[in-house]
Amino acid sequence: MSSANSSRAWLATRAPIWRTLAETGERLRLRRRASVDEALRTLDSYRGLARDLATARQQLPGSGITAALESIYAAFHALINRPPHNTRAAIALMFRSEIPAIVRSLRQPLLWVTLLFTLSGAAGWLLISSYPKLISLFASQQMIDQVETGHLWTEDILNITPSSILSVRIFSNNIVVSALALCAGIFYGLGTFYLIALNGLLLGTAFAFTRQYGLDGELLNFILAHGLVELSIICLAGAAGSALGESLIRPVDGNRRESFQLCAARCAKLLVLCTLLLVGCGLIEGFVSPDPEFPFISRLVIGVCYWFVMWAALTGRLYGRMAVPGSAS
Amino acid sequence: MIDAPTPQPADPDRYVITSATGVDVVVMLAGTGSRSYAFVIDWHIRLLTALAWFLCAALLINGQLSLRGQTPSKTYMFAAVVPALVIYFLYHPILEIAMRGRTPGKRMAGVRLIARSGGAPSAGALLMRNVFRLIDCMPAFYLVGLIATFISSQHLRIGDLAAGTLLVYDQDRNVKSLTQLGALAAHSQLDAAALDLVNDVLARWSELGEGNRRAIAGSLLRRLDARLAEPELAGLGEEALKSRLLALLKSGAPGT
Repeated sequence: MSSANSSRAWLATRAPIWRTLAETGERLRLRRRASVDEALRTLDSYRGLARDLATARQQLPGSGITAALESIYAAFHALINRPPHNTRAAIALMFRSEIPAIVRSLRQPLLWVTLLFTLSGAAGWLLISSYPKLISLFASQQMIDQVETGHLWTEDILNITPSSILSVRIFSNNIVVSALALCAGIFYGLGTFYLIALNGLLLGTAFAFTRQYGLDGELLNFILAHGLVELSIICLAGAAGSALGESLIRPVDGNRRESFQLCAARCAKLLVLCTLLLVGCGLIEGFVSPDPEFPFISRLVIGVCYWFVMWAALTGRLYGRMAVPGSAS
Repeated sequence: MIDAPTPQPADPDRYVITSATGVDVVVMLAGTGSRSYAFVIDWHIRLLTALAWFLCAALLINGQLSLRGQTPSKTYMFAAVVPALVIYFLYHPILEIAMRGRTPGKRMAGVRLIARSGGAPSAGALLMRNVFRLIDCMPAFYLVGLIATFISSQHLRIGDLAAGTLLVYDQDRNVKSLTQLGALAAHSQLDAAALDLVNDVLARWSELGEGNRRAIAGSLLRRLDARLAEPELAGLGEEALKSRLLALLKSGAPGT
């Protein structure tokens, strides 16, 4: 038989099979589970496709037939290497073991980021205490006017916006800030440090400015219920961002790209928990913090209790994980 | 875990993934053009959907589009504003996860996302890819992302680097033509390569420019149909060339 005849016969017999395999592959791709028979048939088909593709690459390089086979083969490769679906177990594992392990690995950057935040806060305080006029660099004229007349800018907030809307707005903003603190680590950690320092500076200047008008107590009263967790989460996101920067400066898992990718995947899990905690913060900031009905002690209890919930979630104890001997968390 | 990297071919637009069968999986990486095209389509879809939702909800709640003289109510915020913002800002992560690395725009541009292992990216990877839009969209018009796709060898934006995803071309069009090719192979006298070539030219006939159509069809007929003399070929019009190619495809013998 001539080569033209054999290639034509090969195409005539195999093309319908490839088309059926393409449809089977698409059907299996859309399904979460496959039976043992289906899995074994898929493996057989995968091997058959590999043989056909090798032939096509040799006999028909650059042809549409080879391109089609490449596509079906890639789809089968993805099917064969698909991780098992067990979302519930994966989520439980993430919250119980993976996130606590990530938090433990971030202890050192967390310490440095918290120090940076505190020092920036102190710098902001000193700056405004020494040069009060510089507050115009950090606050809007409307805010300055309100404080100068003896009122905090947060006082009438509930008269303008309902608590539920306020909560959504606040937690969306906080989630974006945390995500940005993490992502800015791509600039070798400098972006993260800038964001953390800026947030610390703003807090310090706000306290120094309100203190000049005797409103610092009221500001503390406002911040207490939600601020403990909110600021901790921002520092945690900053620590994750600095780890991301370090993965680029000093790659330890393969090359720079691989190291960065692995670090980002770890930080993504932490960001999920941070997002959930920030939703809680937003709800407290929308419903509790601006409400004058809540006394100082209630705010303190809410703030401290929520901080302990955060600590338990970060260490895995919230989900019944036992403490690992020898690991302080 | 990241597997040991597979040696990559010299062609920067091809990405090779090692397979257990010993036959590597080769995918074609999408460039900045296809990426931008998909994004522009998606951007229009999400903007129009968000606007449509907002306008319909606002009309139903207020009876008018304006809020003049009113403070926005909770119903208005939660039924009109928040869903519209959710549609606009969460379009990419939600659809990419639901459609396993595809969006309507990517589908129309003929591209999809894959993990570096060749499979569909995980939900976590897709979320990370989208969180990094915060950096990619800086300072405006996705400038950072655009520069990253220009300078990276695999045309990756920073979100792709962080998530370990690749944007590759879908080659579904070729798969769809397989049935037809199989049926043609059963009756045609042409070998598989010529069959594939003629079929491809006929499938793209209307997309080709007039001059190109004549040149390609003439060149194919000259090679495949020995009975056709040069003066006769030169005298054939476009439709005649097409019917000759069709006849060649179906029987291997030129029509008269």
